[in-house]
Amino acid sequence: MPIIIKKDKCTGCETCIESCPYDAIEIKDGKAIINEYCNECSACLSVCPEGAIIKKEEVLVKEELKEREKRLQDYSGIMVFAEQRDGKVAHVSLELLGAGRRLADQLNTHLSAVLLGADRSEAEELIKWGADRVYLCNNHSLRTFNDDPYTDVLSKVIEEYKPSIVLAGATPIGRSFIPRVAARVRTGLTADCTSLEIDKETGNLLQIRPAFGGNIMATILCPDHRPQMATVRPRVMKKGQYDPERKGEIIELNMDEIESRTKVIETVKETAELGVNLQEAEIIVSGGRGVGGKEGFKLLQELADLLGGVVGASRAAVDEGWIPYSHQIGQTGKTVNPRLYIACGISGAVQHLVGMQSSDIIVAINKNPEAPIFNVATYGIVGDLFEIVPLLINKIKEIKGLS
Amino acid sequence: MKIVVCIKQVPDTAEIKINPETNTLVREGVPSIINPYDLHALEAGVQIKEELGGTVTVITMGPPQAESALREAISLGADEVILISDRAFAGSDTWATSYTLSRAIKKIGADIIFCGKQAIDGDTAQVGPETAEFLGIPHISYVKKIEYIRDGVIRVQRMMEDGYDVVESPLPVLLTVVKELNEPRMPSIRGVLASRRIEIKKMGMADIEAREDCVGLKGSPTKVKNIFAPERRKDSMMIDGTPEEQVEKLIEEMRKIKCL
Repeated sequence: MPIIIKKDKCTGCETCIESCPYDAIEIKDGKAIINEYCNECSACLSVCPEGAIIKKEEVLVKEELKEREKRLQDYSGIMVFAEQRDGKVAHVSLELLGAGRRLADQLNTHLSAVLLGADRSEAEELIKWGADRVYLCNNHSLRTFNDDPYTDVLSKVIEEYKPSIVLAGATPIGRSFIPRVAARVRTGLTADCTSLEIDKETGNLLQIRPAFGGNIMATILCPDHRPQMATVRPRVMKKGQYDPERKGEIIELNMDEIESRTKVIETVKETAELGVNLQEAEIIVSGGRGVGGKEGFKLLQELADLLGGVVGASRAAVDEGWIPYSHQIGQTGKTVNPRLYIACGISGAVQHLVGMQSSDIIVAINKNPEAPIFNVATYGIVGDLFEIVPLLINKIKEIKGLS
Repeated sequence: MKIVVCIKQVPDTAEIKINPETNTLVREGVPSIINPYDLHALEAGVQIKEELGGTVTVITMGPPQAESALREAISLGADEVILISDRAFAGSDTWATSYTLSRAIKKIGADIIFCGKQAIDGDTAQVGPETAEFLGIPHISYVKKIEYIRDGVIRVQRMMEDGYDVVESPLPVLLTVVKELNEPRMPSIRGVLASRRIEIKKMGMADIEAREDCVGLKGSPTKVKNIFAPERRKDSMMIDGTPEEQVEKLIEEMRKIKCL
């Protein structure tokens, strides 16, 4: 067990117990001990006032180390799974190419994309958006998403071309079949990453995501398996540069017999609820638990209307039933980046912050000066939203000559 | 019809806070609940049993404390509950968890396996599809409606971004469900009484014949490197004063960025 407590230094003060998110530290005979629930996350290391907790680096015998290196060396390059809708490349695919290009340049390696059920012209677009190579399988049956064939094709491409990193969108499609692919090729998969970096020492992918119900961030590694797989939610990454002159290679895959146990009988499009287009909005007025109820959201709606914006909400407000899920912003809702985000009565749990912190300007109005929302706010106002917002509404009306 | 429902006991994540001084999670007094999506999975299983006959077996992988979630499942209509627990399973990521669950389900046998679409603590939505892959059976995610089950085929509606797909699969199949599927029932009095008497079966490493290098922290391809609280924004500023002054200043700033 690489996290170790030095018995001679431990005073049994119990400070570390609370720091452990896994309940992995207990006190026995007046000293702390690490139990089997330890995930080696290192959260306890810094809190011990005695410096009694240390992390012992894994010591591998030379042969093992060599073998591991050899195994990992077979894998190189970054691969993006490029989703399409009705044969057109989805926006999230361009975002992944943007992220993939950045990582590939850092690692001095190549970037490829896998495109299923679309034409060659779309594959060419992917190259202009940054891919060096596209694996294209334009079998008509792949136009519609279906878990079985998508899993088969992507797994085969991975096994044949051995990328070191695979990125996919955390969309309903990616979230449904990418885990199957990870299970099949026996590797780790990190869902909904909000940031991807390269560890300078090891070259490993650092996969950063919210954890524990979105209350804190975690860095996840996949050190001994390849590829390192991660999904990223739409709008989290910025798309890369479009270069119409960019050249690359398209490799057409011949998959004659595509079989599937599941069959998609029908695809039904439903128009989204009227009035909410959070992801396109320039201005969002958002409410949380502090809004108190449906009535409170009417007030926010009034402010949003005046500013030409739309209303968003935190998970807490949606769970209370004050506003429909389509308004939810955060890890389990939508990711937004408007010019102006006004957070009213939102405490700012990490799971909410990851969905809005890339907004240009963030205004936070909250009664509690300790609320974490103030950590990401450009402008913080400690106060009662039921006092501030009506004043703001009146003032704007005055300016616009509406009162 | 043999139905297996996978549930997870999770901390009520809405109750978790961060200690602003130490930047660590404060979980003291946070209650444990059945993952909310799993209640819809259980309800779906119980409804199918009521319509077509059969049994509902609820399984969970976790420490001995997870027994309370299994007792609750009995009160909500499950016939049998199994705790999959072993010290060797501790520290499992989604890959190792799915492998372990699949080993247990292989022993139990199932025509339909239900899971919630994701757990509210990890929010990965990976364990359902990965478990199906280990079992070598198809899966359908985000099931919002079950249209019918007949002649060994199930037809469901799968929720997508801009509508839904009607999808068919042969049995056995694993389904992950969304909240729109149903309204979970309240515990019945008979169920509550049964939940007190029920004998909770247990399965460990030996029972499921799992490979040691595929379970727990050791069998997990992903590792947690560290956990941390997000940093404070550099250009952050507080607007003080009376509410009138605060609003005045805010309006000024909004004008600067041309949002007014």
